Amino acid sequence: MVDLLGILAAEGAEAGAEGAEHAAAAANWFAQHAWLIPLLPFASGAMTLFFGKRTPGEGAVYGIAGVGASFVLSLGVLLSFAQGGGAYEGTIEWFSIGPLHLELGILVDGLTAAMVVVVTSVSFMVHVYSLGYMRGDVRFTWFYTVLSLFTGAMLVVVVSNNVLQLLVGWEIMGVCSYLLIGHWFEEPVNSNAAIKAFLTTRIGDVPMTFGFFALIAATGFATTNIVETQEAIASGEVTTSFVAVAALMLFGGTIGKSAQFPLHVWLPDAMAGPTPVSALIHAATMVAAGVYLVGRLFEVFVAADPVVLTIVAIVATITMLGAAVLAIVQDDIKRVLAYSTLSQLAYMVAGLGMGEEGFTAGFFHLFTHAFFKALLFLCAGAVIHAVHSNYMSDMGGLRTKMPITFWTMVIGSLALAGIFPFAGFWSKDELLVVARDTNTTWLLVAFLVTAAITAFYTTRMVLLTFFGTYQGHAEPHEAPLSMTGPLVLLAASTSLVGFLGAPQLGAVFGQWVHIGQPHEAVFQPVMAAAGLAVALFGIGVGWVMYRERRVTDPLETRLGPAWGVLQNRYYIDDLYMAAVVRPIRDQVSSATYWTNQNVLDGLVNGAALVARASSRLIIWIDRNLIDGTANGLAQITGTSGGLLKYLQSGNVQWYAVALFTGVIVLAALFIR
Amino acid sequence: MIRLPLVLVFSALLFSAGVYGVLARRNAVMVLMAIELMLNAVNVNLVGFSAQLRDVGPQVFTLFVIAVAAAEVGIGLALVILLFRNRASINVDEVNLLKW
Repeated sequence: MVDLLGILAAEGAEAGAEGAEHAAAAANWFAQHAWLIPLLPFASGAMTLFFGKRTPGEGAVYGIAGVGASFVLSLGVLLSFAQGGGAYEGTIEWFSIGPLHLELGILVDGLTAAMVVVVTSVSFMVHVYSLGYMRGDVRFTWFYTVLSLFTGAMLVVVVSNNVLQLLVGWEIMGVCSYLLIGHWFEEPVNSNAAIKAFLTTRIGDVPMTFGFFALIAATGFATTNIVETQEAIASGEVTTSFVAVAALMLFGGTIGKSAQFPLHVWLPDAMAGPTPVSALIHAATMVAAGVYLVGRLFEVFVAADPVVLTIVAIVATITMLGAAVLAIVQDDIKRVLAYSTLSQLAYMVAGLGMGEEGFTAGFFHLFTHAFFKALLFLCAGAVIHAVHSNYMSDMGGLRTKMPITFWTMVIGSLALAGIFPFAGFWSKDELLVVARDTNTTWLLVAFLVTAAITAFYTTRMVLLTFFGTYQGHAEPHEAPLSMTGPLVLLAASTSLVGFLGAPQLGAVFGQWVHIGQPHEAVFQPVMAAAGLAVALFGIGVGWVMYRERRVTDPLETRLGPAWGVLQNRYYIDDLYMAAVVRPIRDQVSSATYWTNQNVLDGLVNGAALVARASSRLIIWIDRNLIDGTANGLAQITGTSGGLLKYLQSGNVQWYAVALFTGVIVLAALFIR
Repeated sequence: MIRLPLVLVFSALLFSAGVYGVLARRNAVMVLMAIELMLNAVNVNLVGFSAQLRDVGPQVFTLFVIAVAAAEVGIGLALVILLFRNRASINVDEVNLLKW
């Protein structure tokens, strides 16, 4: 941590020195100090970890302060950018391997500016909201530590100017996601969900890492810098097929992190985590990192074969429709929102899949979606907090008991359904316009169908939760101020952020976030009317079917056998379980268990046996040879002494006899 | 003049008697007296050779032997008296405590 502080401080100093040469438009103070934005949450995470338990309020104050400060800085960055500050890049040398120079650095352009605002604002709201939601939790301080750490990691991804730094932040996010999904790890379901999320995203991360290697290779192993890499690829020095393969591998990371088909299975299970986590990580920010990755390296996708972007769009379309249909049949309110998230993320990916024209529209949807989906999740959290159940079959009639939650959730739902004038309307409208302009009719159809389904399940969710009669057992009550406050603020944002992309108001968002020339947003009354019409159609159907609460879901009878397929999520999870998890778990793990038991333990036991045998031998030698020699000598001496002692008879005359005998013998010898 | 071989034979006989007395007698006084016999056998030898070789040296030595023998008998008899006082016996077989 100290090193990091030092590095970043040095970076700041150097950034100041380089500022002049970098930007003709003279990037101002906020952009130059954008490195503070990820650093502050990291610092607050460390503070919470080390001092949290000793601080009044168990340390939540550090996270709120750190992320709040980051939010202010992010707003500064966005404002400076909106005033024409221009892009800014500041780097310091990290280390070199041969010709490859690795840097630490920040890249602040319109995309970054918009993303940091999204991440810090939602994170700030979630930090405040968790005060109420997580009150009295066993690991309250730890929760705040990881929440701050996650926010910092996401911001590292967003501001980094090279792929290596991006990868570091990306992986820290993965770990934090794992920790937070498994926050209540006492329940096996939760820890299994955490493991599932971690391993599933990892399957996408591996090709992504190789994609990064491919990009570095494309620059001739000279740099990891994103801008330079994209320039190298755009200049056409690398073959198109190579770039295409690299782009597809990078898209693997997106499929994993943004939960696109076929790696979408982890996200609904990730709802096992606390609801604020679901709002922050699994709806608004981390899952958007996959989309951001494509956007950040968009030149690579554009330079590659057009078929790459088509594949991207196809994957998105499958996810969009498949997930939306699944959201219809869910009883768990968080799972409705989870499948909705999958579907909406696919909207963004599909937007990017339409090429440069869809870039701004895709990111505008990311921008608006972050606000209204965070709002919806936090509302769901407030409801769950009140009724102590995730299931809509336990809810109903909460309209009067929780008025603030009800109204904010209605705003969020209208935004999700795409109703004028809320955020979702503007971003979906822009996507529809782009789809029409680029003549991708199939995407246009998919967008409209998904929009209708979205409106339908959103209506179903609101009706089942807030209308009819209360079905649960707990005593519902309005959430505390720390929870309703963020709800109201997010509802206000949801109502307003859509106008940032409104063509009638100049569509300022398109001036911030664009590829090449700023995107000209155009308002096409036909498309707006079509979008509104399908949304209202969906709402109408939902209203008719769920206006009166019934014991069995009316869809269950109408869908027939399809209901079972949907309840089982198209059996994809079961397929993975049978095809991947069980073989690995049963075969590989039993093989490793066998190896462990027989080979490794055999080695250990064998070594022990050898040691025992040799020590027995040594003991035998010690006892018998060495001790035997010593004892034998003593015994010989003792025995011989015992025998010889009888010569010492005490009878002097015998001595004299011996003396004379000796004399005679000597005399005989001498005389001879 | 008596011939030397006769003297030596006599001396040898005398010495043998002394040896026998020292080795075989049980009475401590008799043992002391047997030692005297052996000493005097030596004296006879010395005197015999003195006459044969016309040399007075051995005779002087003989006188020394007689003097020393007198002293020796004094000490010896004193030991016998102490022995008798302690053990009420002067049998040398019974004086065998200095052993293993």
